[in-house]
Amino acid sequence: MEWLQLLQRFFGDFVRGAGVTLELTAVGLLLGFVLGLLLALAKIYAPRWLSGIATAYIEIFRGTPLLVQLFLIYYGLPSLGITLSQTLSAYLALGLNSAAYQAEYLRGAIQAIGPSQMMAGRSIGLSRWQTIRHVILPQALRLALPSWSNEPISLLKTTAVVFLIAVQDLMAKAKRAATITYNPIGSYLAVAVVYLLMVFALNALLKWLERKTKIPGFDIDVKRV
Amino acid sequence: MSKPILTVKQLTKRYGSNTIFENIDLTVNEGDTIVIIGPSGTGKSTLLRCLNLLTKPDGGQIWLDELEITAKGTDEDHVRQHIGMVFQNFLLFNHLTALENVKLGLVRVKHMPEKEAETKALEELTRVGLADRAGHYPGQLSGGQQQRVGIARALAMDPRVMLFDEPTSALDPELIGEVLEVMRKLALDGMTMVVVTHEMGFAREVADRIVFMEKGSIVEEGSPDDLFYHPKYDRTREFLWKITELYGKKEAQT
Repeated sequence: MEWLQLLQRFFGDFVRGAGVTLELTAVGLLLGFVLGLLLALAKIYAPRWLSGIATAYIEIFRGTPLLVQLFLIYYGLPSLGITLSQTLSAYLALGLNSAAYQAEYLRGAIQAIGPSQMMAGRSIGLSRWQTIRHVILPQALRLALPSWSNEPISLLKTTAVVFLIAVQDLMAKAKRAATITYNPIGSYLAVAVVYLLMVFALNALLKWLERKTKIPGFDIDVKRV
Repeated sequence: MSKPILTVKQLTKRYGSNTIFENIDLTVNEGDTIVIIGPSGTGKSTLLRCLNLLTKPDGGQIWLDELEITAKGTDEDHVRQHIGMVFQNFLLFNHLTALENVKLGLVRVKHMPEKEAETKALEELTRVGLADRAGHYPGQLSGGQQQRVGIARALAMDPRVMLFDEPTSALDPELIGEVLEVMRKLALDGMTMVVVTHEMGFAREVADRIVFMEKGSIVEEGSPDDLFYHPKYDRTREFLWKITELYGKKEAQT
């Protein structure tokens, strides 16, 4: 009974929280993808100094806790005269952090496609950039997809840390419900289920994307080369 | 009539202290089919890749028609669209259909409108006998078919000269014939070709000149008859007959 009452009372709250969590995931993932792709390309194709910067970025963001990065952005930046809202800080921290991980997934795939496809592209007169754009990336992104799929799933759950700077995500709503009702088990279990459902849905979406972008015989070929 | 299309003077390539080839002189005239033979590790493939600047030579000069392409400030991408290349491992774009493979350069390099590019690409596929495979991905094609798409992809750019880097070496014996047939037809149609191959049957029948390379230099070059029956060097005779024996059996099956 207590359960039903809790759900009844906080259902709207949880839905809004889940919405915020999904937004955080989507923005973080997108920002992370764009930046991660640039980092991966820089690491492989850019002149040494630039690829060095990319490597340093990746190492730093993968080597320090997301929470520290989040606090530096939200609490630290104001002392440099840059004050960002809670939501903006959360987007930025998640995106910058995710970029480092996505860069590594993408770098691996781009390198697996290898210099031979670059040579093939250049041989018909495509420029380096055209070959990257039209030959390497379409293959590398497909190749990266199965392992890259870990990142959206992982990011969705990682977003829970942002409640610590008072972003009203699903986790924040759970904490609120637990405080009001003195029922931590009920509250946290309820949002655990919501997280789980979102992960299932995201997983299905990723599997669909994988099927949709599949090229017949492509994976076999990559293994052979 | 015999206007030089490719002229190579004193071409040299080194990797560090390792000399791949040195002081290569070669002239490829319009309509010629030149076959380059020689033991592996002799620098034949590297030589081909230098010819279209996929690899930078360390010394010497190359002219495409009257243009020195080894000169500073040469637009390499522009040069390459006029020099077709066919690779040992086909190197088709694996995410594109046969038709799209051939079309990509037409649209992105020659800036041809979609429709026109599509028509042209289909023509080239027809030329290599693969119009009915236009919608297939490389992974759905046999090695021989993939290589013919590779040839069509290079041909589509209307190159001045075609370079073939051991085009049949990665193929099963029963698939070699279809690729050689396409190449034979090309040569008869007057395409200028430089072919690195061990297929001696092809060399004897189609080549205007055979170039024998060993240890980074040209040992001897001449007509197939000259090289097979009146070679200047014993080494040439030895290599030719050894390779004919080795590959002749394979060819007999095709």
